[in-house]
Amino acid sequence: MRRRSFLQSATAGALTLFFTTPSGAAPIEPTRPGAYPEDFNAFLKISADGRVGCFVGKTELGQGAMTVLAMLVAEELELDPAQVDMLLGDTDLCPWDLPTGGSLTMWHTAPVLRGAAAEARAVLLGLAAKALGAPAADLTLKDGAIWVKAAPTRRTTFGALVQGRKMARHLGKVKPKPLSECTVLGRRVPRKDALAKVTGAAKYAGDLRLPGTLHACILRPPAQGQKLTTADTAAAERVPGVRIVRDGTLLAVLHAQPDTARKALALVKGTFEGTEPDVDDVRIYQYLVDKAAPGQRVMIARGDVAAGEKRAATVVEGEYRNAYEGHATLEPHTSVAQWQEGRMTVWASNQSPFVFRDSVAEALKLDKDKVRIITPFVGGGFGGKLVAPAAVEAARIARQVPGVPIQVAWNREEDFLLDGYRPAAVVKIRSGLDAGRGAITFWDNIAAGVSQGEAEFAYDMQTNRYQAPAVPDLHPLKVGAWRAPNAHTNAFARECQLDALAAKAGLDPVTLRRRLANDPRLLRLLDLALEAFGWEPAPGPTGRGIGLACGAWRQALVVAVAEVAVDKATGKVQVLRFLEAVDVGLVVNPDGARQQVEGAITMCIGQALSEEIHFKGGRILNKNFDTYLLPRFSAIPRIQVVFADSGTSTTQGIGEPPVVPVAAALANAVFDATGARVTHVPFTPERVLEALKRVP
Amino acid sequence: MDATVSFVLNGKPVTVTSPRDRMLVWVLRDELGLTGTKVGCEAGLCGACTVLVDHEAVLSCSTALGDVAGKAVLTIEGLAIDGKLDPVQEAFQDHHAFQCGYCTSGMIMAAWAFLKKQPRATRAEIIAAMEGNICRCGAHVRILDAVESVGKATGGVR
Ligand code: FES
Ligand code: FES
Repeated sequence: MRRRSFLQSATAGALTLFFTTPSGAAPIEPTRPGAYPEDFNAFLKISADGRVGCFVGKTELGQGAMTVLAMLVAEELELDPAQVDMLLGDTDLCPWDLPTGGSLTMWHTAPVLRGAAAEARAVLLGLAAKALGAPAADLTLKDGAIWVKAAPTRRTTFGALVQGRKMARHLGKVKPKPLSECTVLGRRVPRKDALAKVTGAAKYAGDLRLPGTLHACILRPPAQGQKLTTADTAAAERVPGVRIVRDGTLLAVLHAQPDTARKALALVKGTFEGTEPDVDDVRIYQYLVDKAAPGQRVMIARGDVAAGEKRAATVVEGEYRNAYEGHATLEPHTSVAQWQEGRMTVWASNQSPFVFRDSVAEALKLDKDKVRIITPFVGGGFGGKLVAPAAVEAARIARQVPGVPIQVAWNREEDFLLDGYRPAAVVKIRSGLDAGRGAITFWDNIAAGVSQGEAEFAYDMQTNRYQAPAVPDLHPLKVGAWRAPNAHTNAFARECQLDALAAKAGLDPVTLRRRLANDPRLLRLLDLALEAFGWEPAPGPTGRGIGLACGAWRQALVVAVAEVAVDKATGKVQVLRFLEAVDVGLVVNPDGARQQVEGAITMCIGQALSEEIHFKGGRILNKNFDTYLLPRFSAIPRIQVVFADSGTSTTQGIGEPPVVPVAAALANAVFDATGARVTHVPFTPERVLEALKRVP
Repeated sequence: MDATVSFVLNGKPVTVTSPRDRMLVWVLRDELGLTGTKVGCEAGLCGACTVLVDHEAVLSCSTALGDVAGKAVLTIEGLAIDGKLDPVQEAFQDHHAFQCGYCTSGMIMAAWAFLKKQPRATRAEIIAAMEGNICRCGAHVRILDAVESVGKATGGVR
């Protein structure tokens, strides 16, 4: 409690540093609307007792933002990260920020925060210089104390220096410490959320117990895209304590007990309108190809593809598919909203507090400053909680029952029905290798369902063409950002295709990639991966069951190596070992980064082998984890992670890159084990058996 | 129909008035305010709601209140004694055996019940014992490391 009240109060005795950015200094994605504002608000606040509070508009999804951001501040202020109190994702208290996704936190926020902390250090040293009557250069600081180096008894503390000051500073005048002097960055640091999470004390949106809360269960149509027309609520209304709220097509049953609200909802009879698309989980691939065809556009083109094909000695044609995949965060979408004194406050499980704020404001026709999003711990995101449907629902209901906190906690069936999935996709590639087996003479890539994002890679391809559709509403189901969007689909196609080319030309998969690599970082990473895995590649299939794939996400590079065993009778793929060699530049929090890689590999073993949204029209057939199959403990192998020492001080995010090559490495390992090419993600036992039948 | 049901919760007797067929997870979270026990599927498929009943791991989303009458229920909140973490909690903390933490209470309770019975389990046995618990974030290898380390270091839970 103490921590939070300090962070939330604007009490005297706190030094609050308001950072403003000279235009252009902040790391802004230039194409993005609503970039960092000129007025940066407060990033850092130092209280009279010397504690440092740090305010950032990102959220803690489990990825460790809370810990790594505290490390950046601790480094500049010579503190232990435990001495930095983090407040994340509160739109009233934190400066505006981009969503927590796309591995942007380390890329965008980290440099700004480091700069802010470096300035705070300079400010504190300046104050101390005056107080101690010594030049700032003669001072040193540690754990919230500042003293004269030559005379350690001449000392003061952050707490004694602050005295209710507020300062606005421009960022960029003070440089952060050089890496060689850093003592916190690059070290294993205890996660700041550990104690709360192992004791059950960590509060998620559904754990708030605001007095008078009513739990709202919402009447859902049987299919995506349908809307409520009429409802008979008579039976539900007979349940003691039930209230019904209707706002247009939104109908909710409210009760003080969540389970009673859910049971009463089952008594409501609704009729719905809206047509379902005539497609299902089998016909979806042809549907996408056909619908995309008239809108196909050449996105990237280099050289003459037809001429390149004439020069090819080995030609391979491949078609790669992936199913819709859910986010399936273990905590379903959950929000609590309260309408009070003309303001809407929403405690939301979210990845993007400011997007949530804007979405709620828009839905309720409120000014943005009339909406506050507060972010408790979030039980997983993966892109699924970048959008605010549950928060908007909670707010719409709360608007009708002033003062009453309204909790909307989707159950698992709703979470599957209302998710925006990783898009299903078909990628067709025709490509060729020259007679010398060292150059791709042409590469003709056409995608339906995804963009060309990250389709290209650090390979030399003089002649290539990438087409992707510019067709609005291509997908019959709702789609969204799923951890490294587009990249995993395109990497799967590219890396499987290269593997097939190598095998057909009698080359081992690594030699071909080495010959094509046009980035020395990739060559180093391949060496690192092979050495760590202890693998000597040979032309496949070798029967050993080892496969490799590469992937990129922005500047980050990843090489994945998998070893599998395939049961040819059942088609079951068991992953025996998995390694990733990762180059993300400077690794600020090594253990946190390792966790992200382990998590990505684990998650994508599910992506590759078992996770699939089944549907008929708009009806989602997966209602729970008995039909939507997440990887369980027995599916997970020993995992090895190695980081390249890239010698740079820039840092890339780590949330997405390790996702990118996983499915491809596994598919290539299946080929090495059996000679069968699995080209449809997930490669379930049935699909593996089909592929085995196609082996000549 | 409300009934009055008494049981021991985290070492202290409690009495609640609620339907006997109401699922324990709601009683814990809503009547008793112990929100460390999580809800992930409400169907016995994810393990997020795991608690101990007489030292056995049970899924509180699928266990009726009436079934714990007179029994001892232990939730994540009751595992630490006088602020001292249980060895399983300590191991999860030290190994960073979680990310979002939403599965963590259930994981710790399931591991606790298993280690109580089988303090020196092999990795394969631990995997089999934990199979019913889902972690979406992919903390699996660390969870296994943590559970294995408890068995090794202490000969099991207290
Ligand atoms: S919530 Fe009980 S098993 Fe999933
Ligand atoms: S840590 Fe997020 S579900 Fe396990």
